Amino acid sequence: MTGEAELEWAAWMRAALAGDAVAYQALLLALTPVLRAIARRGCQRVGLTAADAEDVVQETLLAIHLKRQTWQPDMPIMPWVRAIARNKLVDALRRRGRRGREIDIDDVSDVLAAAPEEDRTVVNDVAKHLHNLAPGQRNVVQAVAIDGISIRETAQRLTMSEGAVRVALHRGLALLAQRLRERGA
Amino acid sequence: MKTDDLIRAIAQDAAPSGLRPQARLALALAGGVAAAAILFLLLLGPRGDAVASLDQLRFLLKFAVTLVLAVAAIGLVLRLIQPGASAGVWRGVLLLAPGLLLIGIAGELMALPEARWLPALVGVNARVCLTYIPLMGLAPLGLILFALRGGAPARPALAGAVAGLIAGGISAALYAAHCPDDSPLFVATWYTLAIAMLVALGALIGRRLLRW
Repeated sequence: MTGEAELEWAAWMRAALAGDAVAYQALLLALTPVLRAIARRGCQRVGLTAADAEDVVQETLLAIHLKRQTWQPDMPIMPWVRAIARNKLVDALRRRGRRGREIDIDDVSDVLAAAPEEDRTVVNDVAKHLHNLAPGQRNVVQAVAIDGISIRETAQRLTMSEGAVRVALHRGLALLAQRLRERGA
Repeated sequence: MKTDDLIRAIAQDAAPSGLRPQARLALALAGGVAAAAILFLLLLGPRGDAVASLDQLRFLLKFAVTLVLAVAAIGLVLRLIQPGASAGVWRGVLLLAPGLLLIGIAGELMALPEARWLPALVGVNARVCLTYIPLMGLAPLGLILFALRGGAPARPALAGAVAGLIAGGISAALYAAHCPDDSPLFVATWYTLAIAMLVALGALIGRRLLRW
């Protein structure tokens, strides 16, 4: 990865922290291949599948989102991202009874430049927990995520206010992350 | 759900959310110090000669050690809850507290005849120390741990333990103004034990509360 890309990603993250959803989506899409490389390398080593790795990727994305306030705008972004990815990988491996402590993320850095192919795997874990959310939150998350409609359209479809849609989305994502974390813990 | 779908949902939730961890910790510290100070004034209060003792090195050392401990632990915990940050200089600053105490002990051992070492260590107030430092540290510890939930520590129990050090440092600095025992030998023994209780409690709670 070039330093230039990292600078651009940091700029996107600053915009995202100020509420820019477009920059945020661009950043998360750009980060995902990196997260996928880390997760796959870690999962492969202990005999887990690409679908398991994709679960870890989704968990990591949620963690990045919910903990984005811990990133300092004047600091490089990749050490922060990698630390979160490693943390979520270790968590996931431990949960599956693998010895996560042995994962050394530093030797993953060489594969980070090579982005793995885009993944179209439908992952079970997040979807499964989506069904455990309260109906209000589930409908909002589903509309925004799977149907891909805007906050405003979601509000119209579900006859909610936009503010209520935002709150439901935020709580839904936080609960999703919590369920994933607590599963099997 | 496909990963791209999840990303779309997350991006729509970009709206700024909540205070930064540093701001949360600052609020918790303000509240914690206030709560501990009120408890201190209600239950103990400064000793009669507290102001007159300000020219005594042994008395001042108690504040130096406990306040350095609290400040260093604050710096360290802010690093611990930030993914990818290294402890930096804060681990070294933290070691300043026991370092200062060791210098004090060396001076005390040189100043006192051997026969008075043990009485100085045992002191007169050990039970009060072991009761009130943990007790006055509870409110700061709780508030700090709650504030740290906004962070993302790689090691939640460790972050909780360092939160215990902060609370212990604050509480012990207040208690130092009350306690008639000024010997570094007393401080090294009983303050350490009392603060260790808060550290253990912090680690125990942090292990669960600070997971993310």
